[in-house]
Amino acid sequence: MQQHELRVLRPEEYFIEVEPYYEPVADEAGVFEAAYANGLPILLKGPTGCGKTRFMEYMAWRLKRPLITVSCHDDLTSSDLVGRFLVKGGETIWVDGPLARAVRAGGICYLDEVVEARKDTTVVIHPLADDRRVLPIEKLGELLEAPTEFCLAMSYNPGYQSVLKDLKQSTRQRFVALEFSYPSTALEQTIVERESGIDPGLARQLVKFAHMTRNLKGQGLDEGASTRLLVHAAKLIHSGVAPVVACRSAIAQALTDDTDMLSAINELSASLF
Amino acid sequence: MDVYLDPALSSRRTAAGPARELAAFPAREQGFVLHWGAVIARDNAELAYQFTAFAPRGLRLMDLDAMESWLLYAMDLYDKKGQVPAIRAFQDVEGFAANMQERLAGIALEDVVGVLERFVCGLNGRGLKVTVGERCHTDTETIFLPAVVGRLPEKEANFRLYKAMVVHQWAQGWYGTWRGGVLLDVLEEAGPQPQALDLLHALETVRLDACIGRDFPGLHRDMRALRLALDGEAQAPDPEWRDLVGRLREPSARVRDTLDLWLALRGRRGPTCCYRGELLPEVVRARMRIRAELERDRFRIALARLIEEQDERPPGEDRPEAETLPETAARLGARAKEDPDMPDGQTYELFLDGKPVAPPEDVISTMESIIQDLGEIPPEYLVAAGPGLYRRGLDGEAKDADSAWAGTYHEEGAFAYDEWDHSRQHHRKGWCILREHEVKPAGLTFYHATLRKHGGLIKSLRRTFEVLRGEDRILKRQPYGEDVDIDALVEAYADARVGLEVNDRLFTHRKQDDRNIAVMLMVDMSGSTKGWINEAEREALILLAEALETLGDRFAVYGFSGWTRKRCEVFPIKRFGEPYDDLAKGRICGIEARDYTRMGAPIRHLTGLLRAEDARIKLLVTLSDGKPDDYDPQYRGEYGIEDTRQALFEARLDGVHPFCITIDEQGPEYLPHMYGAANYVLVADVTRLPAKVSEIYRRLTS
Repeated sequence: MQQHELRVLRPEEYFIEVEPYYEPVADEAGVFEAAYANGLPILLKGPTGCGKTRFMEYMAWRLKRPLITVSCHDDLTSSDLVGRFLVKGGETIWVDGPLARAVRAGGICYLDEVVEARKDTTVVIHPLADDRRVLPIEKLGELLEAPTEFCLAMSYNPGYQSVLKDLKQSTRQRFVALEFSYPSTALEQTIVERESGIDPGLARQLVKFAHMTRNLKGQGLDEGASTRLLVHAAKLIHSGVAPVVACRSAIAQALTDDTDMLSAINELSASLF
Repeated sequence: MDVYLDPALSSRRTAAGPARELAAFPAREQGFVLHWGAVIARDNAELAYQFTAFAPRGLRLMDLDAMESWLLYAMDLYDKKGQVPAIRAFQDVEGFAANMQERLAGIALEDVVGVLERFVCGLNGRGLKVTVGERCHTDTETIFLPAVVGRLPEKEANFRLYKAMVVHQWAQGWYGTWRGGVLLDVLEEAGPQPQALDLLHALETVRLDACIGRDFPGLHRDMRALRLALDGEAQAPDPEWRDLVGRLREPSARVRDTLDLWLALRGRRGPTCCYRGELLPEVVRARMRIRAELERDRFRIALARLIEEQDERPPGEDRPEAETLPETAARLGARAKEDPDMPDGQTYELFLDGKPVAPPEDVISTMESIIQDLGEIPPEYLVAAGPGLYRRGLDGEAKDADSAWAGTYHEEGAFAYDEWDHSRQHHRKGWCILREHEVKPAGLTFYHATLRKHGGLIKSLRRTFEVLRGEDRILKRQPYGEDVDIDALVEAYADARVGLEVNDRLFTHRKQDDRNIAVMLMVDMSGSTKGWINEAEREALILLAEALETLGDRFAVYGFSGWTRKRCEVFPIKRFGEPYDDLAKGRICGIEARDYTRMGAPIRHLTGLLRAEDARIKLLVTLSDGKPDDYDPQYRGEYGIEDTRQALFEARLDGVHPFCITIDEQGPEYLPHMYGAANYVLVADVTRLPAKVSEIYRRLTS
């Protein structure tokens, strides 16, 4: 194969050096490690903003492997994942896609929001996700065997209601699933405090506010405020934004466009601060 | 002025007086009066005279905007009721000016009820309804508020007052004003004394405000500001009162402390408070008594179910009439556990045979409600229901089954469907007999009224749905197309260079997405939908049908109802392939409430119809108002839910995607089990159903 002359991103060369902040909720790290040791792929299920991506970073750090994240979208083709030939100065050069890179480097490939990808694309990962652990690269005529360090993970939000976006049984049944949900009150408070640096009293009020919005789920809200939104609001507050304004901009407006609902949520935040 | 007033003037009445008075005002005001005087004179000269005569007085009281609404109000009266009321309205300019403030700044409950209900639902505890009442109070399930609040000069401040009222009433429930019936018992002993009750309420308000202050500082600030603004002097610090009530502000203060202090302070008057409304102990007592019994039974039935799960057989089989099973009391226990999210800082764990058990979601909410009312799970609650209570709890009223069945035994034109018996874990073969019945089309009055009522909404629905339909997709890597796909070309070129097979899919093609969706709308026609639910359903159907027509999705509408297994019925309103014409519209208008909700057989029938459709995506959308239910007691409760779940499961195997839109607030307790966690939506407010259904459908299929 020719020398790489093209400017390409090489995520497999970046390791996470500093421990990402992550508070374990249950035994998810243990399960992940056991699955990793056995070469099993992992599916993270859970609502948005509850720490799935952060957990992946944390595990990548813990296992000392590079993390290669692919955000899936509906135009993602299999060559986007596996790789393709490009032309440079009349010469053709093969460029690995992120999945092939991860396999070669023995990294962790994390497919974020995998239901967004086209169904024919998700099929590419099937041979990697069972006991074969291989990635066929048809164009190179190469069968890439995954080293033991390689790990395949993907995330999925089961709360989506679109019929068109569901994970195929043949895909989902290859994975060890870890379920994520919002952390307990005390833990969530710690997280908000640690991530933003605000004082415990404010963090407690913010978590309380999140619970109020979660009370409203099904009453007109599709989802309550996620931990991520809380951290956003907390950071704004830490930078000197008034709490009510921070809640409005970082949480209420992010949750809904319904005016009645917006005013109800704003009233709730105003009642706490 | 003389010109336009001419017909109304006489020797005794000249325009000189009003003209003189008016002359004192600046030119702008004069112009205003002359302009409107002339306008009114075109309708009625006498009114114009009255207006001109009273305008100077009005100008002294109001600004021009208010003047305008004053005269328009009077002219409105003239149009509707004639000259005399209009003249009276002009003459009562002072009264109008006084009310003006309230009219401009006041806020109607109707406009904010949605916000308030969600607000209070977010706060915590049992969900409360908010509605208009003559007196501001709560019965612990509904909060009654005045229809209009206009005591403050700004709309926003008036809304804050509403909010404070709601919070105070909510706080009574959450912070335990009525908990354990302590207060009710003392009041019953003391007999009715309105003034004493007022003092008690004032004291309890101190306690509740302190609780709110600890948990919701923002609210507390608003409420204090309101009291300063509205209760004026009464709020002025009365040091003696402050000292007296000091201990009610302690975090440990309970309603009993309020009562002790009340007995000690008998005869005094407490300060007034703008948001506290009234205590109506009788109303609360009645409501709590009903709820206590209901929840006790519900809880005991839940315990029986837990025991049944553990023993793998229903308890008390040998005594079919027993209401409770005293011997189970020894096996059951409840232990307090700290939980800072609960009002008294504790919740209860259930124990069965010494081991903790995790009750299902619906039992937890019943338990929380019991704890909110009583502060504990009383020991006498901890006894499992016997078969007698179980049956009564599930029944309601009993009727003669056989008469209902009469005439439905002959089986021509009927479809037989299996039904799932969860206790047997087996189908009962051919158990349900289902027939298709005609719906008599009604006139199109309702259809047109709906179009008028929701005109704006329909327009915006059409627009959003058109966007869906008109979604031009650029398909890449096509064998034919309008444009070259550069990505594909580069790839193909590169492939060619390395000597691989060259792909011929090198074009992009613009194509309108073929949606290829067939949707079956299954509409609940059970008796419980009678009235406004039925109306909302019909409106929702009309709106959705209009939207679907725009979209071009194939759809069918079937109603369903039933009365025992021998008489399951579906009502074709619009079949697949039938046009959405006046006949179909008429049938939608003709939908009426019928019997019960035996859901399994209709689901199986409609799934069969959907299966016959050749579509990529097949949707079965159920519009419902409650859980599966039938006249025959066996189908109620778990049996019906399990059968429906099984029918939906079979539908899924057939490639049909079921979805449920419900207005039943209990929905979240059983729907995730039947439909799956993400496959239902609760529309708590029936009036919003028409708007919501189309919105949900759009989200579901895009």
